[in-house]
Amino acid sequence: MARMKFLCDAERCIECNGCVTACKNENEVPWGVNRRRVVTINDGVVGAEKSISVACMHCSDAPCAAVCPVDCFYRTDDGVVLHDKDLCIGCGYCFYACPFGAPQFPQAGAFGLRGKMDKCTFCAGGPEPDRSQAEFQKYGRNRLSEGKLPACAEMCSTKALLGGDGDVIADIYRERVTRRGRGADLWGWSSAYGLPGQPKPAAPAPQPAKS
Amino acid sequence: MRAGFVLLAVLAVGLAACGEREQVVVYKQGKYQGKPDGRAWESAPMSAEWRGGNWKQGDRTSWEEQIKNRQLAQHEHKRIYQ
Repeated sequence: MARMKFLCDAERCIECNGCVTACKNENEVPWGVNRRRVVTINDGVVGAEKSISVACMHCSDAPCAAVCPVDCFYRTDDGVVLHDKDLCIGCGYCFYACPFGAPQFPQAGAFGLRGKMDKCTFCAGGPEPDRSQAEFQKYGRNRLSEGKLPACAEMCSTKALLGGDGDVIADIYRERVTRRGRGADLWGWSSAYGLPGQPKPAAPAPQPAKS
Repeated sequence: MRAGFVLLAVLAVGLAACGEREQVVVYKQGKYQGKPDGRAWESAPMSAEWRGGNWKQGDRTSWEEQIKNRQLAQHEHKRIYQ
């Protein structure tokens, strides 16, 4: 069973923004909304500069879904976290909950009203008939139903951004790290999916109220 | 007669709350409040003109095989050397 995940190799990302452009073009994302963006740390510091392509990581236990007051999130059989824009009220709670800043809110009116949330769909569309005009207008292209992978990953020129079944892309990454002998850090994976053998710290036990 | 009327009135008032709907969202694993979504493998493959894949409509296994082949195209060592 496929469990769709993204993996960004910070050793390879050259900050070309090809993934951002591919996403915007493929899904005709509205102005002001960036489902994917490239973040650079230590910008300009020789030898320490790293770039990472960031979007929704489609978390195993998605915090956005946990806090949504109208319960508009769902997970597909492939592990893709999607949402229903007909239910979304644009409250913005998911934006505060998301560790990756993935939820985006288009400007819905002349006074800057916050529209319904928009985010990366792993190019899997949404709860409308697959490949329909309604699905495209609300959620973008449904490439998975075309037997394809997300446009950002497939367009990445250096193959820094990998997308697909977690097992397969982890194998690709493992072999790559073995060959080059460095750069084994998987940015964001522990937050989104939890690393094997490293269980999340248990929540502190509730203390009785002091009177 | 009067006792029966009182009993009916008490039952009507007492059971009125039984028809009340839950005011909070009920979370069920695998379900949510919105519309159901189709599955990727339920669509027919695209034509060759659109570089569509090769799987059997409705067959999840063949669709996953198609996706896996697509994923392995991201592996430049295999893509170049084989």
